[in-house]
Amino acid sequence: MNTELDMRDRLEENIKTDRYVLNMGPQHPSTHGVFRVIATLDGEVIVDAQPVCGYLHRGIEKLAEARTYTQVIPYTDRMDYLAGMLNNMGYVMAVEKLMGVEVPERAEYIRVICAELSRIASHLVAVGSYSADIGGLTGFFYTFRDREKILDLLEMASGSRLTFSYMRVGGVADDLPPEFFPAAQKLVKELPAALDEYDGLITGNEIFQARTKFVGILDAKKAIDYSISGPNLRGSGVNWDLRKARPYSVYDRFDFEVPLGQNGDCFDRFRLRMIEMRQSLRIVEQALAGLPEGTHLGKVPKVIKPPAGEVYHEIEGAKGILGYYLVSDGSPKPYRMHVRRPSFINLGVLADLVQGWKIADVVAILGSLDIVLGEVDC
Amino acid sequence: MGDRIFVEFGNWLAGLLALAGAPLLLNEIVLMIVKAVAALVFILLNLVVLVWLERRLSAWFQARIGPNRVGPAGLLQPFADLGKLISKEIIIPRNAEAILFLLAPVLIFVPTLVLFTVVPFGRGMIAVDLNLGIFFFLSVSSVSIIVMFMGGWASGNKYALLGSMRGVAQMISYEIPMVLSVLGVVMITGSLKMSDVIASQAHVWNIFTQPVAFLIYFIASIAEVNRPPFDLVEGESEIVAGPFTEYGGMAFAMWYLAEYGNLVLVSAFAATLFLGGWMAPFGWTFIPTWVWFVLKVYFMVFLYMWVRWTYPRMRVDHLMHFGWKVLTPLSLANIFVTGLGMYVFRGIGW
Repeated sequence: MNTELDMRDRLEENIKTDRYVLNMGPQHPSTHGVFRVIATLDGEVIVDAQPVCGYLHRGIEKLAEARTYTQVIPYTDRMDYLAGMLNNMGYVMAVEKLMGVEVPERAEYIRVICAELSRIASHLVAVGSYSADIGGLTGFFYTFRDREKILDLLEMASGSRLTFSYMRVGGVADDLPPEFFPAAQKLVKELPAALDEYDGLITGNEIFQARTKFVGILDAKKAIDYSISGPNLRGSGVNWDLRKARPYSVYDRFDFEVPLGQNGDCFDRFRLRMIEMRQSLRIVEQALAGLPEGTHLGKVPKVIKPPAGEVYHEIEGAKGILGYYLVSDGSPKPYRMHVRRPSFINLGVLADLVQGWKIADVVAILGSLDIVLGEVDC
Repeated sequence: MGDRIFVEFGNWLAGLLALAGAPLLLNEIVLMIVKAVAALVFILLNLVVLVWLERRLSAWFQARIGPNRVGPAGLLQPFADLGKLISKEIIIPRNAEAILFLLAPVLIFVPTLVLFTVVPFGRGMIAVDLNLGIFFFLSVSSVSIIVMFMGGWASGNKYALLGSMRGVAQMISYEIPMVLSVLGVVMITGSLKMSDVIASQAHVWNIFTQPVAFLIYFIASIAEVNRPPFDLVEGESEIVAGPFTEYGGMAFAMWYLAEYGNLVLVSAFAATLFLGGWMAPFGWTFIPTWVWFVLKVYFMVFLYMWVRWTYPRMRVDHLMHFGWKVLTPLSLANIFVTGLGMYVFRGIGW
């Protein structure tokens, strides 16, 4: 008697399910570089995830100690290499704060134009590679097509397409060339149409929404606890954009909005970047219209020798709050430099977010955090 | 007439053999070999074109140019690709089951090749016109997943195992709506024979009488051939390349060639079941039937590629949900409506 129950007991005994460890990376198509996640899986569901970073560590903070203040600028480009201008800007503003240098108004406007263009370029990569992470490779090529136009503009200004090193302590390396302005106007006019195109191809896609909506939900409290910043924080509905909250440079003169998300899911983080690009375009448009005459470089000594002391300055980078901490001993080289890298700090929440989701969602969640490994590992 | 060129050649060959005094059995064997070789040539030719087409079309969809340097319009690119793959070493991982690992990419071609026997390429151009042609297609096409699982299992790699497990689940859940959708066509035709299915579409193609069935077949067949948005088996952003992760060189190429072969097959059956097979539309019979067939197949191939390069990938649970809770009930409803319609129309006396 009771054979049926016996059978079931025996079946459950015989079919033992086991957890197993799956190593993703450091060479994996969608870790956005050399990043590794050691995932413990139960079938396809993540039980535990352990992120491992440091494969791209170059010791930039240490290297800076052996370089003069101007020589550090190219190193900042190589952290968040998708938004080099913003990294330049954060660094030179920190040095200026330490020295008390006055920056000409024209230089401030040029910085804002380049920084916002850089932010758009960075968000384009984020949006495009996110589309590729979800499996729609075509979106990736569309955004890269339009990113080229921005890189063309920044090349006109700095002569470089990726690592600009355009900003200097006291201003920018050179004035914008005359051919920059018609090209920039054209971009401001044409890019919204391209963004509409992405909305049609990526944002509006039913499968894309099913993959991203209500996936990897990061609530506001957890976001603040983890010190998340940038679009990831605003995706959770926290209104904190340094450009508005603590305006630096000339950002208080421009009219733009800070978009906010509601659910804090992957879709909100993605959509936020789409809207932020439009807002950045508005800033570029206003800055181009209001660009004052004058010099592009303020009065700075040939050898930059800040007085002894320390300074911390933070700006709103493309990935979040980008802060530079500098200690000077009065010599031409910084005594110590530390960078608050938003990608690194935003990445901290990954292990928490992916638990209970599927392998495919790990890719979706990691992509939605928009990290750059150059910045994570510094 | 170009239409009969291949059939005439077959008859001429048979006549020649008979004239030479060959016994009937030998005659048939020779003809069978010729047909098999013809099918093989057709497949390989298609693979070359498809590799090129996929690369050019994807470039077109992605605002790129694509391969255009090797040969005219890059047509020789597939040969260059193949040349590279042939010259590469096939690495057998330490954890792999060497025999199964090497056998899988060879066996994967078998169901594909076998299925070409029931493809009606043109008027009178079907190798074996089975009474159960459609049934044969549906049953043999699902065998390939066993081979894929074999390859994934033998690789001794977690990504490969995950991919092949996904493949099996996907195949089971999409085979059913596919079979049920084809059932609508079979009900109208009243036969499982390929030539009967085509003959029944002389006046109106099945796509017009069975549009829902066509849609279900189209979606389910994308899942059958593991193409995006249903390419979970090899979802490269999550599990690298699924069952093919550990394969290199020609072993890797075999998987892809089989995949393209399956693409031609499902396109060919879509053309046969829904687009009137080799029949000429608008009475344009001056174009040979086999040209019409190839055109229709490539129209379907274009649709598959279009979908591939537009949509992102689905997630495993969404895929199951969609297969079992949307496609299967829909195909059942389609059968019901078809039956009802047939009953009503017969009552009217059509």
